[in-house]
Formats: sequence, C-alpha cells, structure tokens
Amino acid sequence: MMTLTLESLRHDKRAAIIATALMGLALAAFPFMVGSTLGNSWLRIIDFAMLYIMLALGLNIVVGFAGLLDMGYIAFYAVGAYLYALLASPHFGLHLPIWLIIPAGAALAGLFGALLGAPTLRLRGDYLAIVTLGFGEIVRIFMNNLNSPVNITNGPQGISGIDPIQMGGITLAKPLSVLGFTVPSLHAYYYLFLALALFIVFVTIRLENSRIGRAWVAIREDEVAAKACGINTRNIKLLAFTMGASFGGVAGGLFAGFQGFVSPESFNLMESVMVLCMVVLGGMGNIPGVILGGVLLTILPEIFRHGAGPVQTAIFGKILLDPEALRMLLFGLALIVVMLYRPAGIWPSTTRRREFRGESSDVLKEGE
Amino acid sequence: MDIFIQQIINGLVLGSIYALVALGYTMVYGIMGLINFAHGEVVMIGAMVALTVIKLLAGSGLPVYIVILVALIAASAVCMAVGYAIERIAYRPLRRAPKLAPLITAIGVSIVLQNLAMLVWGRNYHAFPPILPVSEHEILGATITSVQVAIVLIAALLMAALIALIDHTRLGRAMRATSENPPIAQLMGVNINQIISLTFVIGSALAAVAGLMVSANYSIAHYYMGFMLGLKAFTAAVLGGIGNIAGAVLGGILLGLIESLGAGYIGDFTGGFLGSNYQDIFAFFVLIGVLVFRPSGLIGEKVSERA
Repeated sequence: MMTLTLESLRHDKRAAIIATALMGLALAAFPFMVGSTLGNSWLRIIDFAMLYIMLALGLNIVVGFAGLLDMGYIAFYAVGAYLYALLASPHFGLHLPIWLIIPAGAALAGLFGALLGAPTLRLRGDYLAIVTLGFGEIVRIFMNNLNSPVNITNGPQGISGIDPIQMGGITLAKPLSVLGFTVPSLHAYYYLFLALALFIVFVTIRLENSRIGRAWVAIREDEVAAKACGINTRNIKLLAFTMGASFGGVAGGLFAGFQGFVSPESFNLMESVMVLCMVVLGGMGNIPGVILGGVLLTILPEIFRHGAGPVQTAIFGKILLDPEALRMLLFGLALIVVMLYRPAGIWPSTTRRREFRGESSDVLKEGE
Repeated sequence: MDIFIQQIINGLVLGSIYALVALGYTMVYGIMGLINFAHGEVVMIGAMVALTVIKLLAGSGLPVYIVILVALIAASAVCMAVGYAIERIAYRPLRRAPKLAPLITAIGVSIVLQNLAMLVWGRNYHAFPPILPVSEHEILGATITSVQVAIVLIAALLMAALIALIDHTRLGRAMRATSENPPIAQLMGVNINQIISLTFVIGSALAAVAGLMVSANYSIAHYYMGFMLGLKAFTAAVLGGIGNIAGAVLGGILLGLIESLGAGYIGDFTGGFLGSNYQDIFAFFVLIGVLVFRPSGLIGEKVSERA
C-alpha cells in the first residue's frame, strides 16, 4: 500500500486511523504476549513502566517544559502513595473508594508542589536542584519518623495491607471475568495504568500546545524576556510545579494500590534521580522521548538485574561482583556517556537539540 | 549547662569537618560556577582508602602517627587522582554546554563512585580500628577526646594553609584571576585548564582528610556516607556564601553548631514531638532558608543572578 512514516501519517487520514488501530491492538495484546512468554514478573515490570511513564511525564512538565530542575520529584509520588495508604488500609481502619483517594492524592500532591514552588521561585539551575533535593529528603525523613509519639506513617516499617484498587465493586486484585474471558490481575492493572498513562499523555500534549505550555517554554528559554512579554512568571511557574506534582500524586496512589505496601524506602533520592534521568536521557520536553526514557530506564535495569547473576555464573562459575552494584555502576556510566555524546537526550525536541548544539543566538548569551 | 557546652564542642568538631568539605565545593564553584555533586563521594573514597590502609598497617607495629600519616597520604593520593579524573571526564568536555549537562554527569559520577566503592568494600559498615590513643579531657563539665581536639586543630591548620595559598602565592593569584574572568585570565597567560584541574585536586585532598576525620570521629565508614555529608557541606558552603573561602569555613562551623544544638534541644522545644532523629533535617531547612532570604550567603558577594 504505502510506507507508514510519521510524515505520511500527518497527511493521510486513513493511514493514521489504521496505524492507531494497529497500535491499539498491539497495546491491548501486549500483556498477554509478555505474560505467556516471559512470565508474570515481567508483566509486573511492564505495569511499573506505565507508572514511571506517568511520573516522567509529570516531571517533564517541570523540567522539560518550564526548565525548572526538580530533584525531589519523588516526594509527590510519596505523598500520593501515602495518602492512598492512609485512607485505604487497616492502618487507620479507613477504606475509602478510589474515586475519592486518587483525586485527593492529586490535589494534595499539587498543594505540596505549590508549597515547594513558592519559596523557590527566585532560584534557578543548580540551586533549585539542591533545594528540591532537600525538600525530597525532608519529606522522606518525616515519613521515616512520624511514627511517634503519634503514629501516622508507621515509620520505617511502612504501611502494609493496603486495599487493592477497586472500581464499582470490581477489585483488580483477583482475575476478572469479562464476557466469559478471564483477565488476570496483572493484566487488569496494565489496562488501567495504560489508560491513565494515555490520558496523561493526552493532557501533556494538549498542554504543550496551549497558551500555558508556550508560556512555560518561554520561561525556560529566557525568564526575563518572558516576563517582558506579559507572562505572569510567578503564577506560571507555580502552575508547572503544581501540575507536575499532581501527576506524581496520581501515579503514587496507583502505586500504593498496586503494590499493597508503602515504606519510605521506596521514595529515596535514587528514585528521584531515576525519574529525572528518564526525562533527561529520553529527551527533555519531547513527549515521545520522555516515554521512551521511561520505558528504557524501567526495562533495562531489570534485564540487567535478571541477567547479571546468571551471566557471571556462566562465565566465572560463581557470582564475582554484586549484581545490584554492577547494575547501578553501569547506570551511572550510561548517564555520563549519554550526556557527553548526546547532551540533549536520545530523542530530543528540535528546539532543545538546537540549544544543546549551541546554535542559540550569541546575543542572548551575552545578556546573561 | 554542661549539655550545652558538650553540644557546642560536638558542633565545632562536626563543623570543622563540614568546613573542610565545603571548601571543595566552594573552590570549584568559585572558579567554574558549577556544583560538583560528586564531591561527597570523594570524601567517602578518602575515608575508605584511609581505613583500608590503617587496617593493613594496624598490626605492623609501626607507631600510630606513622600509620595515620601513611593512610592520609594514600587517601589524598587516591582522592586527588579521582578528583582529577572527574574533572577531565565529566566536566571538561561539557564546559560550554548548558548547566544541566554537567549536573547530570555529576550525578552519574556519584552513582559510579558509590557503586565502585560497594563493589570494592562491600555493603557493610567498616569499623575504624581502635588504634588511636583516646584520652578524654574535661572542659567546663563537658568532655572532649584527643581525637576531637586533633580534628579541630588539623582542620584549622589546613584551612589557614589554603587561605595563605590562595592569598599569597602565584598559584593562588592565578586561581583568583580564573574565578574572576576566565578568558581574561587566559589572555594574561594563566593556563586555566591547569588551574581548574589543580582546584579539583586540592579540593579532593582536603576531602580525603575530611574523610579520615569523619570515620575517626564516628568510628565507622560506609559506602553511602558521602551523600549526606556532601549535601551538608554544600549547605555549609551556601550558608557562608558559595565561592567564598572564608564563607565556607564560617558556614561549616555554623552548620555544625546548628545541627548539634538543634539535635540536642529539638525534643525540649517541641515537647517531645520531634526527637534527635530529625537531626538531618536542620541542614535542609537552613539551606532553603538561606537560599530564599539571602542567596548570597552570610558573607558572600551577590551571586543569585548567576544561579
């Protein structure tokens, strides 16, 4: 018929519909393919990849669009997760419905985002990075210690026995049967997460091309000029923090329901760095790039985790090097190498690529 | 009252260590306008190397001071090499890139160093061999150990030496010139690449000493110890005014005092609601407070626009 390139899709409506349908079919069949070939542990990883895509897209608003380097992003994920854990677990004996908790998580995380954004509005670059990192650590330290004298978070042990996600009396924890067709639990979670991830993708795409999205990019490129153009930089920056944070809150709530257990350990700095790296390595500000980053950085370390031990046993007859340390070592090296050779990420947006090549006008550079 | 004095002493000891590490941050920032995120890990490497050497030599019958000296030299040498390598590999190629790029490579370097250390030294805590002669002295009802006295004295000596180096030597003048304006310094015949390398090397040597001090003070070393220490030292540098040598010293000591007094009294102030397990939080609140209300630090010049 014709070759399906992205360019042709843009012009040919029929091809676009066919491509979308194929894509939808592939996404729908995907968990069954993975489940039957690689097993359930990989299906879990795919489910996590969806959560990470949501997180990465949320952080992309702050870092990619608005250019505000946030290194404590995981705190918002933590807020969403802990809110779900507190409102739907035996810990306080509350079992509120998900329809209430997830929006509440988004709102609370958004509030935390504004709380972080407000005092740091004047900061840029490295300073902002360090302050946000400190904020993330503060949230984690509080989660770790708020078990006495009043036990709120149950401290380092975390909260377990969290209700699985339920919708209208249907729980995702058990296999569902739809029209005589059985959908295992992990598959059901996959479809839910996929739907929400797609929704977030849709929202971010619409945001990117909106007045707000353009204002974010303007601030990223030159805050003073943006202000001179009549953009209310304070509100727009706060909005970036709030929206990014609320996405994190949603992902966090889903995480708590999916995992059934939360503890401060899941929200350490390394996780923030991981999400940041998804955004940066994938290609800041470019939605497909960020999604690619999210998928790659969830899957590759897992491949390594599963592979490093057996490969070493095969070659040396025993495990010489701690696979976990080896995995992180390679991750660190990959960060350095990608930044040295592709500083704009694997799949950058065109504007960003130009910036990183140093093609932006020198007049602007002088003005800094 | 003696608790107060005791916390002051602890704060001074802690503060001297922070100050030494903060100098590394502030020197690099002063010259390149870059936060060397991996500096905390250099401290950790210093501590681990020093500990390994001390363990090796502990049974050899050499006098304690020789053992410590050898450990210090070995740790400094390794750290200087690491510092040099970090700059060459992760920062120099990105000197003209937007600031985000060196920040990410710095995180990468941190992760690499941490996990290298985990591979070499394992996940476990390493106890500091009890070879140091520990004598306790009473001051105003509080105790200070000989190790603590040594930490404060050595730190003070090193800081004085560094300030003298920067203020009164040819190298120091070249460093100040580079920090003022790199292109002009280059026109005046300063080899700025060399100066930047030397800055990293000197900072790393100080980090090595600080590493040995931390592990001697807490009698423990761990592959993860560098991260929090680095953050706090960075806070100290910001508190004093980043890029300012005297500021780093002041900020370090102040942060040490704030932390130990805060940890000592937080329980009383909050009616027992928050305990000393919140010690790590003070540094972050100080950091946020300083950056919001006085980004130039206590005695720094105005740098907020550069950030």
